[in-house]
Amino acid sequence: MLFGSEVNTVMSQPGNSEILRAVNLKKYFRIGKDKKGPIFVRAVDGVNFSIKYGETLGLVGESGSGKSTIAYDVVGMYRPTSGQLLFKDQNIAIQAVKRPLSQKKEIQIVFQDPSSSLNPAQTIEQILSLPLKLHTRIPKRQFRERMVELLERVELPAEYLYKVPSSIGGGEKQMVAIARALASNPSLIVLDEPTSALDVSIQAKVINKLVDLQKELNLTYLFITHDLSLMRNVASRIAIMYLGKICEVADTASFFEKPLHPYTQMLISAVPVISEEEEKLKPKKIVSIGEIGSPVNPPPGCSFHPRCPCKMPICSEVDPEMIEVSPEHTVRCHLFSRPEGTGSKGVQIEEKQPCV
Amino acid sequence: MEVKEKVLLDIKNLHTWYRVYGGNLKVLNGINLMVREGESISLVGEAGCGKTTTMKSILRILPPGDFLIPKGEISYKGKDILKMNPSEIQRLRSQEIAMIFQDPTAALNPVFTLGDQIGDVIKYSIASDGRKGRKEEIRALSVKAFKEVSLPDPERMLENYPFQLSGGMRQRACIALAISSSRNLLLADEPGTSLDVTIQDQILRLLKDIVEKKGTSIILITHALGVAREMTERIYVMYAGTIVETALTKDLFKNPTHPYTKGLLASVPRLSGGGIAKGIPGRIPDYLNPPQGCRFQPRCEHATPSCAESSPQLCEVEKDHFVACYLAQR
Amino acid sequence: MGNLSGNESSIVSVNLPGSRFVFWTNLGRSWYKFSQNRLSVIGLVIVLVVVVSAIFAPWITPYPKEAGPFVNFVDAGLRPSLRHICGTDNMGRDIFTRIIFGFRDALLMAIVVLALAVPVGVVLGLLAGYFQGRWVDTIIMRITDIFLAVPPLILALAVAAVLKPNLMNSMIAVTVMWWPWYTRLLYGTASSLRNDYFVVAAELTGASKVHIIFKEILPNCLSPIFTKIALDVGWVILIEASLSYVGLGQQPPTPALGQMVSDGARYMPTLWWMTIFPALAIVFVLLGFNLMGDGIRDMLETNRG
Repeated sequence: MLFGSEVNTVMSQPGNSEILRAVNLKKYFRIGKDKKGPIFVRAVDGVNFSIKYGETLGLVGESGSGKSTIAYDVVGMYRPTSGQLLFKDQNIAIQAVKRPLSQKKEIQIVFQDPSSSLNPAQTIEQILSLPLKLHTRIPKRQFRERMVELLERVELPAEYLYKVPSSIGGGEKQMVAIARALASNPSLIVLDEPTSALDVSIQAKVINKLVDLQKELNLTYLFITHDLSLMRNVASRIAIMYLGKICEVADTASFFEKPLHPYTQMLISAVPVISEEEEKLKPKKIVSIGEIGSPVNPPPGCSFHPRCPCKMPICSEVDPEMIEVSPEHTVRCHLFSRPEGTGSKGVQIEEKQPCV
Repeated sequence: MEVKEKVLLDIKNLHTWYRVYGGNLKVLNGINLMVREGESISLVGEAGCGKTTTMKSILRILPPGDFLIPKGEISYKGKDILKMNPSEIQRLRSQEIAMIFQDPTAALNPVFTLGDQIGDVIKYSIASDGRKGRKEEIRALSVKAFKEVSLPDPERMLENYPFQLSGGMRQRACIALAISSSRNLLLADEPGTSLDVTIQDQILRLLKDIVEKKGTSIILITHALGVAREMTERIYVMYAGTIVETALTKDLFKNPTHPYTKGLLASVPRLSGGGIAKGIPGRIPDYLNPPQGCRFQPRCEHATPSCAESSPQLCEVEKDHFVACYLAQR
Repeated sequence: MGNLSGNESSIVSVNLPGSRFVFWTNLGRSWYKFSQNRLSVIGLVIVLVVVVSAIFAPWITPYPKEAGPFVNFVDAGLRPSLRHICGTDNMGRDIFTRIIFGFRDALLMAIVVLALAVPVGVVLGLLAGYFQGRWVDTIIMRITDIFLAVPPLILALAVAAVLKPNLMNSMIAVTVMWWPWYTRLLYGTASSLRNDYFVVAAELTGASKVHIIFKEILPNCLSPIFTKIALDVGWVILIEASLSYVGLGQQPPTPALGQMVSDGARYMPTLWWMTIFPALAIVFVLLGFNLMGDGIRDMLETNRG
């Protein structure tokens, strides 16, 4: 079996600058009210992140973490409640319908379930013709040529143009969704759990194709998933989310070598692995307890404290800040703190006795 | 670990076909599978390989009129399930074999309380014995089942509706329904795949505990090798309606022999990094016109002309490790 | 930047299976789905019999002249026999011939009514469903509710009575009360599809609202629409019969099924064939369209993944 190449480091683009940046991004959904006032689902509750050109940021979390909401904010399905969202230094904190066509062309999304993201009553040809019509200047009579080329890029035969989604397999449908995303020549693709619904051997094909395409076409990926083993092999940086907030961000290698946040450790130890060597890489088994909290009424203080095996009194009172522990590795947890009286640069991180 | 000898379920050369436009979908092509008492096995395969069809054939819940089973035998405790009459099947489904479905939300009726639903299961299980259960008896058994799956506040839980529960709790409720009366065999169809990773972890550990404590046999259907590795003692690898390899779990991972098994293992992303293999080229065969010989042959890089002529049978390549492949048998 | 340039000038000659091949394969598969239910096939046969006999009425009926102004008191009131399969009425006209000609106007009415009501109802329903929750939805659906609140037959009777009673005016009357049913049907289907991911994907990429409503949502609604059309032909025929029963709609001497039933009622039970056969004809037609409607629904089911 041939192996796909190792995860690449950040490609150099215009000065290694950022293609996407979120500052204190919030998205609340109002779901009614009670005596105290309106009730909100705090799907995204003050999130800061950035993605550099050509890299893959893995956004990992379970249900209620807000990862999909962030994806939908970026792509324009939702309008953020507050905060900044910048794409190539332009503001995109607005809904897609109000964005200029050029921005819609640049940011594309691949959804999780290809059965519902492809119109079941259309042929592949019709599905692919929409982005070609809107975003390219190709004349209609050359559409078919271009579509065949797109299908070739995702290794699908040309006859598929006549097929309807229900007559092709899940992995192939997802390839069509990827081809559709590529049709407009985007620079950023948001991948919302693109392979969660697929079997492992098909997932391997799709992921390899995505990695190859990224290199060929200089794409940047925002990869939403719950699968940590996958991110280990695909992402350049990983951010873990819980109940609307980011718990830890690090480049992939540091993330797995030294996971800091207890939730990160819990997630990693829950991953089913297939070899002894991988078992040894897992942090000591943290038994996951309790149900995932609800983003409607997040617990006070650190939202993870009810499930945390390392809980301290301060955790139920004060929400921790994001602290940089080493370059490119930040964590939000009271186990790590800045000693009093130092500025934000050159901090000495004092780690309280690790509980696991 | 004591050696388990007594065979509970023995599927021999099962062929199951579906009737569709254009002919028959010859999905199962001679399945051989055996479960002993107290044994936990997993059936690993990808979408479309026929694992759900196999389970449905065991419980005989295939869509009526649209299928046929031209060959094969499913022997449970010595009797052939395919030849059972309706009352024997009823007894089989209510007392012997239980199925835990993949999607707990779809498996629970949204308009009835959990108490009603588990009460029904228990009631019919008792009725198969010819008795009629008393209300208190049924209620007591319900609460006991809910306690065993660690559902909080079991008494109160009886009055709840499924929509009031989280995904993980619904899956626990489904498991409770399955174990509410003593069963000898559980069929678990990808339990936990629709749930979050940490919750799936809890559910799988719960299932493992229950099975070990009660000595129930379990067939765990999954497409995730990691789950199979953690949960069961023996693994059956299935491809396109045939069992291609079976071995004790540790042997399978130490020495995978069939090219499909090897391809599958290589495709799993590792926590240790190293990139992802390119997957397995090709696609699953068209069941309307399946290949004559080995069904994996069109995708196999080691294929020889003889592979296309006849289907290889399962042969023992080392102790208790069977492979259906001419390459391995040479 | 993505570098998928569309500037290659090489003409790609692709060997794609011809669209004709695809068309016939799809037709074959559709027929398979339709014919799974034997009753649907029976319904189709009935419908074909009715339609063909209606089209070719002047040539296949035994006494075509008797479907117009015609009187023959010598042969009046004859029992069903080999010469007159359904007997003759009180004016000596062959009932079988008149039934077949009655099918003509019944089908014509159904075609006209549906050709007008369906497009109007469908478009309004799509708009209301797509703009669900906004003022467009409210206005359209409340107007629809008003029309639906009036009992259909009463409305048709009122309109037909205000205007001169003839076939054309009864068509107008029935059309006016028929479109709201399609609006409601499409409203339900469109508003649930509207939030599906493929519609969202089209919106996100910048498709116009017109494109989304007609190219994304509408193609997924065809099954309920055509099923309903098939069933509605039968219902319109029934309404037409009801109208002509009370003297509205098609006027004598042109035959109309309901009118024939009503005429014959006076002569029950002696000239029982005057009422019974036209009534059976109505039942026959309705049965055919209902059974066929089931088959059409099975045939058009879009497989979701």
